[in-house]
Amino acid sequence: MQVFPFLVVAWIVAVGLYGLITSRDLIHQVVCLVVVQSSTYVLLLAVGYVTGGVAPYFFDISPHAKAVDPVVQALALTDVVVEAAVTALLLSFAVQAHKRFGTLDPHELAEFKG
Amino acid sequence: MTPNAVMDILQVTVLVLVAAGATLVVRTRDRVRLVLVLSVYGMLLAILFFTFQAPDVSLSELAVGAIALPLILLLAIAKVRKPQ
Amino acid sequence: MTPRQRLWLFAVAAAGLIACYLWAFAGLPGFGNYPGPYGPAILKHVIAQTNATGAVSAVNFSYRGFDTVGEEFILFTAAAGMSVVLRRLRGERKSESSPAEDATKRQVPATSSAVRIVSLLLVGPTALIGWWLATHAQTNPSGGFQGGVILATAFFLVYLSGEFIAFRRLSPIAVLDVAEAVGAGGFAAVGVTAVALSLPYLFNYLPLGTIPGAVSSSGTIVLISFLVGIEVAAAFILIIGELLEQTLLRRAGSS
Repeated sequence: MQVFPFLVVAWIVAVGLYGLITSRDLIHQVVCLVVVQSSTYVLLLAVGYVTGGVAPYFFDISPHAKAVDPVVQALALTDVVVEAAVTALLLSFAVQAHKRFGTLDPHELAEFKG
Repeated sequence: MTPNAVMDILQVTVLVLVAAGATLVVRTRDRVRLVLVLSVYGMLLAILFFTFQAPDVSLSELAVGAIALPLILLLAIAKVRKPQ
Repeated sequence: MTPRQRLWLFAVAAAGLIACYLWAFAGLPGFGNYPGPYGPAILKHVIAQTNATGAVSAVNFSYRGFDTVGEEFILFTAAAGMSVVLRRLRGERKSESSPAEDATKRQVPATSSAVRIVSLLLVGPTALIGWWLATHAQTNPSGGFQGGVILATAFFLVYLSGEFIAFRRLSPIAVLDVAEAVGAGGFAAVGVTAVALSLPYLFNYLPLGTIPGAVSSSGTIVLISFLVGIEVAAAFILIIGELLEQTLLRRAGSS
C-alpha cells in the first residue's frame, strides 16, 4: 500500500502512451492523451494524501483535525477543467484536418506536406 | 477492522478498477463506444478522487470528464462521420 | 521507418521511461506519509488569514491566485483558438437557408419524448446548482470552476432536448463573448486594483467578514470565484456552440 498508487500511475502512463503510438485514428489518439493526463491527477492526489486525514473543509469540524494537503487538490482542480478545453481545441484540429485531407489516419496524414 | 484498513481496501479496489478502465479505454477502437467508455472512466476517476478525500476534485472530474468531455467528443465525431 | 520498427523503438523508450518513473517513486516518502511543510502551514493559518473554511478554494483564489489567473487564461485562449481554427475553409459556403429549414431537410432520428421531458425538467435545477456552487467557494467543496461547468451543462440540456434553435437563441455568440471577457478581465482587474491600492497583486483587500465560512466572508475569494464561474460557463458554451455551428456549413458543389 505504500507504493501501490504510484504503480497504478506508471501503468496508466504506459498504457496511454502505447495507445497513442499504435493508434490509427486521430480521435482515438486524443482520447489516449486524456488518459495520460488523468494519470497526473492521480499522482498529485496520491502525493498529498495523509493516512487518517479528512477533507480540508472546516465548516463543521475542528480546524485542528488532521487533514489532507489542500494545495495539490487546488492544482488538480483547475487542471481538470482546463484539460477539457485544450482537448476541445485538439479535436477542432482533427476536424479541420479531416475537412482538408479527408482522412483521420495519422500514418496517412504524415505523408501530406503543408 | 480499523478505519484505516477499511480505507486502504477501498482505495486499492478503486485503483485496480481505474487501471482496468484505462486499459479498456485504450483498447476500444470504435469511436462511439470510445465516448461511452471514456464517460465510465471519468466516473471511476471521480470515485477514486473521493476516496482520496478530495470532494472538490471529484466534483470537477464528474462534471467535466463524465459529461462535458464526452459531449465535445461526440460532436467532433459527428463532424467527421462519412455522410450516409 | 515501418510501424514494427516504430513499435520496437517505442518499447525501448517506454521501458526506460517507466524505469525512471519507478526509480523516482522509490524516493518518495510512501503513500500517506505526506511530510511537506506547505500543506500543514496553510491549514494552520487559513481560517485566521482568510476567514474561509474551504481550504482548497482559499488556496486556489488567494494563496495561489496567480496560478489560477494563468489557468483561466489558458481556458480563454482555448475557446478563442477554436473559433479561429474552425473558420470557414476555401470552398465552403454558409448555407443560405435558415438553420430551421436545414434541420428539417436532414434525416435526423426524432429525439425520444423521455429524453426531451427529462432534459427540460432538469435545466432549472442544474442551472441553480451551478450558480450555487460558483458563489459558495469559501464554505463547501465548490468553486468557480465546477460551478461554471455545471452551469454550462444546463445549456447543453436545452440542446439535448432537441431544441438546437432554442439553444442558439439562448446563447448568442455576442453575449457569450462579452460574458467570457467580463469573467477573465474581471479576475485580472481584481488583482490590478490591489496593485492600485499599493498592495501585492491579488492581495485579499476586501473586508474579511466576521463568521468564518459565511457567504459574505473571505473578501476577494467570493468575487473571484463568481467571475471565474461566469468565464468557465461562457467558455464551455462557446466551445460546444463552435462545434455545433459546423453543421451549418456546406461544401461547395454538394447539398
